[in-house]
Amino acid sequence: MSAHVSQTAAPTHSDHSAKPWAGGTSPFKISYGKMMMWFFLLSDAFTFSGLLTAYGYMRHKYTDIWPTAGDVFTHFPFYDGHIELAYVAFMTFVLIASSVTMVLAVEAGHRMDKKKVQFWMVLTIVGGLVFVGSQAWEWYHFIHGTEHGAYLLEDGVTVMRHKIDPHTHVMEPGVFLVPENDGSGFREVAGNEAQAMIAKSEHIHGANLRHNEYGIPLFANFFFFITGFHGFHVFSGVVINFLIFLMVVDGKFEKTGHYEMVEKSGLYWHFVDLVWVFVFTFFYLL
Amino acid sequence: MDARDDIYEYSLDLHHGEEEGKKIRKKFLMVLAILSVVTIVEVGMGMKWSRDESMATILKYTFIILTLVKAGYITMIFMHLGDERKNFQAVVLLPFFILIGYLVAICLNEALYNGTIRPVLENYFGY
Repeated sequence: MSAHVSQTAAPTHSDHSAKPWAGGTSPFKISYGKMMMWFFLLSDAFTFSGLLTAYGYMRHKYTDIWPTAGDVFTHFPFYDGHIELAYVAFMTFVLIASSVTMVLAVEAGHRMDKKKVQFWMVLTIVGGLVFVGSQAWEWYHFIHGTEHGAYLLEDGVTVMRHKIDPHTHVMEPGVFLVPENDGSGFREVAGNEAQAMIAKSEHIHGANLRHNEYGIPLFANFFFFITGFHGFHVFSGVVINFLIFLMVVDGKFEKTGHYEMVEKSGLYWHFVDLVWVFVFTFFYLL
Repeated sequence: MDARDDIYEYSLDLHHGEEEGKKIRKKFLMVLAILSVVTIVEVGMGMKWSRDESMATILKYTFIILTLVKAGYITMIFMHLGDERKNFQAVVLLPFFILIGYLVAICLNEALYNGTIRPVLENYFGY
């Protein structure tokens, strides 16, 4: 240390108590970049909390006619039947696992182990891509809808659905459910009345910004917005992770002497996982 | 690390050795196990009881509490917030819980008025 010109500026732990404003230190002993990342994550957390609170409010207001997520999300890749929420559970595991691989990359960075950092970061990026791909698959199925579809009545909003047994997912032929006007529940229609209503309605499949086969359009709107906004964060996280990965491979952090950039990128990735935990609970389970 | 003069080692645990690394990695895998078990329990409960009216309240509060537990583990251990100084933990956590707690309390309170205005409109104003 004695060979350096900047000896007076180099920090030692004894300097701080003697001259706290002499510089070379940071409040909370945290680096600027990390602290700012935390502040950004705080602001993003407020955004998502606002969205989820709005979702909860609407979910409560229309609770009697809200579709059950377990009935809507029943698909699994390469499997023809219906298993509720299985694929969403798989997506949750993939994201949690990618979070673990990221934290292992950070830990390897603390030991200046470049090979391991690269290894764990590759796994994290792959996990992120699997998640984004799965979310896109879920959107595809949600938009595509079921084979039997539903009927959009004349008012352009109310949707008449087939009655489906919730345990076996088997459709009861000829019986339909129509939501009450005041949202207090469903009433069953069958026979001639049902046929008359079908004749004047539009046969729709799936959900998009104009109609929603599964029930009240708000459900689809919130699904697209919240999972889309979150998916956008996952995608940008994958991009950021990939760029940091390239910097790691390039040997940039070996030269700087610390892998703190990996840690900061890891914070963003863990935040994405954290938000998914909340979205998963409030959207799919409750 | 002593030869460099351009690293400000703010964080006291910016580097650690292999042995400490082993213990830290073990801690992460333990947390992964906890998170996985909690998620399996949540999904299992959802699959079994989400359509059962009598279990609705228990299910709701269990899910919220378990989710907060998962969030706590992710934040404190994976994001290393538990390793930061206490004051900095407060800088991050206090504003979040105060403001979001306030938001949720307001929404829960206002939501009590759902369904009470329409009868008034219909009876007194002839809607």
